[in-house]
Amino acid sequence: MTRRGIALLVLGVVLLAACGSSSRKANGETITLLTHDAFAITDSVLKSFERDTGVTVIISKGGDAGQVLNQAILTKASPTGDVLFGVDNTLLGRALDAGIFDPYRPGASGKLDPSLDLDPQQHRVTPVDFGPVCVDFDKRAFGGEGQPPVPATIEDLTKPAYKDQLVVENPATSSPGLAFLLATVRRYGEDGFLDYWRRLKANGVLVSDGWTQAYNEQFSAGGAGGKRSLVVSYATSPPADVLYATPSKTETDVGVVTDGCFQQVEFAGVLKGTKHQASARKLVDFLVSDAFQADIALNMFVYPALEGTKLPDAFTKYAVKPSQTLTIPPAEIASKRDTWIKDWTAAVIG
Amino acid sequence: MSGAALAAVPALFLAYFFAWPVARILLEGLRANGGWDTAAVPEVLGDPSVRRVVWFTAWQAALSTVLTLLVALPGAFVFARLRFRGRGLLRAVVTIPFVLPTVVVASAFLALAGPRGLIGERIDPRGSLWAILAAHVFFNYAVIVRTVGGLWSHLDPALEDAARSLGASRWRSFRELSWPLLRPAVVAASSITFLFTFTSFGVVVLLGGTRYQTLEVAILRATRDRLDLRTASVLALVQLLAVLSLLVVLGRTADRRSVRQRLLSASDAARRPSTRGERVFLAATLVTMAVLLGSPLAVLIERSLRTAGGYGLDSYRALTVAPSRSAALVQPADAIRNSLGFAFAASVIAVLVGGLAAAALARRGHSQGLLGIGLMLPLGTSAVTVGFGFLVALDRPVDLRASWWLVPLAHSLVAVPFVVRITLPVLRSIDPRLREAAGTLGASPSRVWREVDLPMLRRSMLVAAGFAFAISLGEFGATVLIARPDRPTVPIAIFRLLSQPGQSPFGEAMAMSVVLMVLTAAAILVIERLRTPGLGEF
Repeated sequence: MTRRGIALLVLGVVLLAACGSSSRKANGETITLLTHDAFAITDSVLKSFERDTGVTVIISKGGDAGQVLNQAILTKASPTGDVLFGVDNTLLGRALDAGIFDPYRPGASGKLDPSLDLDPQQHRVTPVDFGPVCVDFDKRAFGGEGQPPVPATIEDLTKPAYKDQLVVENPATSSPGLAFLLATVRRYGEDGFLDYWRRLKANGVLVSDGWTQAYNEQFSAGGAGGKRSLVVSYATSPPADVLYATPSKTETDVGVVTDGCFQQVEFAGVLKGTKHQASARKLVDFLVSDAFQADIALNMFVYPALEGTKLPDAFTKYAVKPSQTLTIPPAEIASKRDTWIKDWTAAVIG
Repeated sequence: MSGAALAAVPALFLAYFFAWPVARILLEGLRANGGWDTAAVPEVLGDPSVRRVVWFTAWQAALSTVLTLLVALPGAFVFARLRFRGRGLLRAVVTIPFVLPTVVVASAFLALAGPRGLIGERIDPRGSLWAILAAHVFFNYAVIVRTVGGLWSHLDPALEDAARSLGASRWRSFRELSWPLLRPAVVAASSITFLFTFTSFGVVVLLGGTRYQTLEVAILRATRDRLDLRTASVLALVQLLAVLSLLVVLGRTADRRSVRQRLLSASDAARRPSTRGERVFLAATLVTMAVLLGSPLAVLIERSLRTAGGYGLDSYRALTVAPSRSAALVQPADAIRNSLGFAFAASVIAVLVGGLAAAALARRGHSQGLLGIGLMLPLGTSAVTVGFGFLVALDRPVDLRASWWLVPLAHSLVAVPFVVRITLPVLRSIDPRLREAAGTLGASPSRVWREVDLPMLRRSMLVAAGFAFAISLGEFGATVLIARPDRPTVPIAIFRLLSQPGQSPFGEAMAMSVVLMVLTAAAILVIERLRTPGLGEF
């Protein structure tokens, strides 16, 4: 046999192997959950749902929450999944305007924190979890001798003591970035927030494209030798800092500024046009069931929406729950966010 | 087979897998309330931030192309003309950067000169122009070396020898003999480099920070992040028009300048460096390659071997461990199998479609025609636009969106222009009198093709297949939108690993990058072996 023959044969075998591995057992119904990259679930919890219902779930992660939603809107004539989880209150207006969800109210909805329900008339989406977006700080950089105190408010961040210390995410590309921008809009008003940002800019704020870059690379407690001691992140970042630590540790270096936090709520809904409506509804039921709600905290580092869910000690010991959070109604966000982002870009980057 | 029949397959392929999806997504943005949104173009282009994007896209591409030519032409000469130890291996190694995923290259540059880099913080996290340009040269070095060097190795060195023996200086013999003959390849390679850098995406996303945006990046952000289809469609049109006019101009220039010549069929043109000058030149070129191409790759390997306590294979071992959480969903090793399958299918499709198209174009003589331009368009179109177009449009007549073939089809779309660019100059250079003579002697058209064209084409077709394979292995922009999460390719798996927090996923990402690099090198080495001179039997 010639050399080319051998090469083609080898490649052909590889191709067949690849095709073979992609065939899936067709036992019971298979549905697809569209979600963001941060979605996580304990394998055994998902398996027990699949065992109980006979429904197989494909988890399709399509980037961040905004990207997943936009893709769902673009393909709404012929959806690529059956349930969408992860659309948050900053995106909800857009999702509802686009009409991608079929109304469905799970049996457990009465037990969910009522303040989280942002579609109480039509029930097109169900709240699953929530988490405050706050400014986090590196405890080692504040409060010690010769160090500035921990900032008490987000107004403090414009003071010279915190010059060149804050890293934020670009609200055009990052959902915590947008949440923090919205917090400043709520705090300083539509007429005042740009002025606040100009003062932050004069104080050396750094803009990263995404949370990963900001927290992991720029933040001094992010583990990669970053130089900035203040970052826009979550009130639940401290437990994540402890649980992901290698080597393991029992105390966290990450603290939370509890002023100026924006309440993020995540929702799930059945996608309009699904061919598996009954199974899709079972999956939404599951997302607000005790089993999944109890699994949320340590997998996604957010608070469960189901009231009375027992939180693991590892989570409650380190997580912070600000007494007050800022929020803006989804419809207002939907109609004004592009303007706000554009003005913000011109003031801070442009 | 007539030219029209040859052209039908690539034309249909382009119509269904390119024109239709792209048209669908553009129409979504440019139609409003059942009519045309006539205000869209002037309004979007009136925005100063949009104009800044257009201007930046153009000048950084021009600058990148000039820099790449300056750095890579000596390399093309060295590979075409000089014989030295390790030449075949190095030729393959030099091609690796071209097919590395942009994510990996950007990380390698950051590892070299980022905040935690070996040489200190030289890359501004808010965007670094020099890092973008360096990465562009790094990527496109191989385009110049392969395309220009490929033709150069076919040129008969006897021409230059004759000129030299008649008293011409080396420079003069190059300028007056080799350069005119090489010009079509230089124009082709520069145009590909320009197109690539003009539509640059991954590099600019990762190294441009928030300060630098190409059209491609702006299209992605408008579509995916803001769902501003109006802006995205106008930007995509601007990019299409720019690329189209560029291709028309270049097509004319290339046609006018291409010279029919006798090509050597074997690479006998290379010889050992004989003079001191040649040895110095060779050494200087090799050092440049080592610094420019070698150092980011070396850092990449170093990082893949770094462990908590020193160096080891921990990151590689982790690749074969099934994920315990739903984070990765598939074992990283499965991604390698997916990538190989996709790449094989994509290169078969690309060589078939591209080969037919090249044959059809060669029959037409020197006019590029609609097909020629249409074939190059996928190169200039935003991968994002194509990816979203696939998702919006390819649900009928059969829903291909969940099909295994979606990814290789998209990859072959990217690879076809290369197949055409690589095979067409060779086809064009075949003296038509050879075909005519064969015809006169009674050979059927298919026999003429088999016995005249094919033997001369074989080398470039194999090169093209290797390229298509490698392109598919590394493709990222469209794949990130269309690959199903349970069937990721290697670049997608790397991207996912990179976006996870912690040191161990980062190490795994680096290890996978090294694996991808090795696979790519293997693919290209196989091609290099196959095209070894003196194995005429296959």
